[in-house]
Amino acid sequence: MELRLEKFTKRFGTTTVIEEMDLTVGSGEMMALLGPSGCGKSTTLFAICGIHKLSAGKLYFGDRDVSNVPAQGRSVGVVFQNYALYPHMTAEQNIGFPLKVMGQSKSEIRAEVERLADLVQIGDLLERRPAQLSGGQQQRVALSRAMIRKPDILLLDEPLANLDAKLRLEMRSEIRRIQQETGITAILVTHDQVEAMSMCDRIALMKDGKIIQLDTPDQMYANPQSRFVAGFLGNPPISFLEAKAGETLSVNGMQSLPRPTSFSARGDVVIGIRPEHFGPQHGTGLTGEVIFVEPQGREELIDIRLDGGGDIRSIVPFGVTVRIGDKIDWGVAIENILIFAPNGDRV
Amino acid sequence: MTGGRRIWHLVLVLTIFSTPLVIMYVYQVVDSMASPEPGSLVPGPIDISNWRFLWERIDTGRPSIWVVTLNTFIFACTTAFLVTLLSTTAAYALSRLNMPGRPYFLGGLIILHAFPTITLIIAIFIILQFLGLFDTLLGIILVKAALELPFGVWIMKGFYDTVPWEIEMAGVQDGASRYRVWWELVLPQVKPGLAALLIISFLSGWSEFVLPLVLAPGSSTQVLATYMNAVIQDDATADFGLFKAIGMFYSIPVIVIYLIFQKQLMNIYGGGTKG
Repeated sequence: MELRLEKFTKRFGTTTVIEEMDLTVGSGEMMALLGPSGCGKSTTLFAICGIHKLSAGKLYFGDRDVSNVPAQGRSVGVVFQNYALYPHMTAEQNIGFPLKVMGQSKSEIRAEVERLADLVQIGDLLERRPAQLSGGQQQRVALSRAMIRKPDILLLDEPLANLDAKLRLEMRSEIRRIQQETGITAILVTHDQVEAMSMCDRIALMKDGKIIQLDTPDQMYANPQSRFVAGFLGNPPISFLEAKAGETLSVNGMQSLPRPTSFSARGDVVIGIRPEHFGPQHGTGLTGEVIFVEPQGREELIDIRLDGGGDIRSIVPFGVTVRIGDKIDWGVAIENILIFAPNGDRV
Repeated sequence: MTGGRRIWHLVLVLTIFSTPLVIMYVYQVVDSMASPEPGSLVPGPIDISNWRFLWERIDTGRPSIWVVTLNTFIFACTTAFLVTLLSTTAAYALSRLNMPGRPYFLGGLIILHAFPTITLIIAIFIILQFLGLFDTLLGIILVKAALELPFGVWIMKGFYDTVPWEIEMAGVQDGASRYRVWWELVLPQVKPGLAALLIISFLSGWSEFVLPLVLAPGSSTQVLATYMNAVIQDDATADFGLFKAIGMFYSIPVIVIYLIFQKQLMNIYGGGTKG
């Protein structure tokens, strides 16, 4: 079911957390609300599920205006960051609780719980209490409890934040699989760009209560509309260098790069170079000294201090041997660099 | 006893410090049934005449011990029940609902809890007299419950505070009403607190002395504490053997409750739920 927020505003007392936000999540789509902490993404989530009231604006599920419908009447499933399982109930009772509230019979509940348990693969753990389950298993219980009423919308609040690295990887694809199998419209709230990019169809990047860019993960990575977006996405992160645009791009007054063909502005700019766009495989162009080398197995992360000032990061395939203190002269994939005005807008 | 060897010095220290207490309790029992000769510590021959209060009136002016025990029991149980019921609901409101004046209310609780009861006794006396509840069990039950409430509310609020918010949010999302969320999801998490509060306020009611003494002095509303007081005070010749026997009788329920509910009582200091 399609979800639509129109001019959604949320105030707490006199502080406005979110102002006139518009957002449409298509039916069956998985949307990420991504942003640093305090950007309003959780507030948005709580408004959608009905825990917070909308201060102004409208919320639609399909054609139905649910702005003033209480949480119980919204048909939303929520997975909380700490799972919020009921500690005194078994996994089965936890998953079945929403149906029990609806007044369904024991046998109906049992059948539905088993269907969900199969979907999330915890069929053999139903008798256990939350304390006897691992983090990943608790997550699966929480997910099936959120889905058992066949809600219109599934909301995931930082669902992977409490898992260790390996489980996180596993649950990432698992949640995506379940979402696609059931075709449910889902919103994932996260501050982890890797999660957002790997799990979602589209990402809404938020800052200070506003969506600053709404795009597919690929587009947002390749074509960020501001310096903030470019800096938020990508791991290892992009490097920024101050430059002057004239006949060439003059970096720190000593070195220069050719101008990308698509670029016309002149004057002070900030150029963003992703680590994979700077390295020996791109020829020569910028000189500097290696100040840090971080082997990552398949590849190596190298920090370079440019002659004349400014740091830049490169990621090179394993086998390029450089050491701290080495002088390098590496090239930039010039058509891939991103150029921003001093105020942060893309130019 | 493999662990016994490692902690023997701890046991020794505890023994030294608890010996005087144990001796006191032992002689409470010994004196009530086999009183030693004056000046001696060796128990005399067994003589259960001190326990005669159980099957006969010790003198004509006094109510039967069983009436007094029943009074005490009604007083302690009703107080405990009232305190637990009101604390459970009031503490939930204070912990979770955004009500006006909440910080002042909480501050007031602490002040009331710290306030010496005895300074209020004249005001309470006047109120009870005015309401026609003076010298009735109901009167002292209400007063005792009111004075115990600040403690109860404070303890229960501590337990509610440890229940994660998300559990309630999840319950609401699952379609349950706020009341059902409280009853089915939150209350089970604070059960240890409920049990401890119930026991503690029962014991507090059981051992209450001043309130019944002042506010219910009549013989029909006597409780065990005031009964004992009357026994030792009225007679020209104080019968300490009898007094000790009644004291034994009075403390049996307390000892039994402590033995059975040790774990639940410790919960109040642990606080909250695990996992």
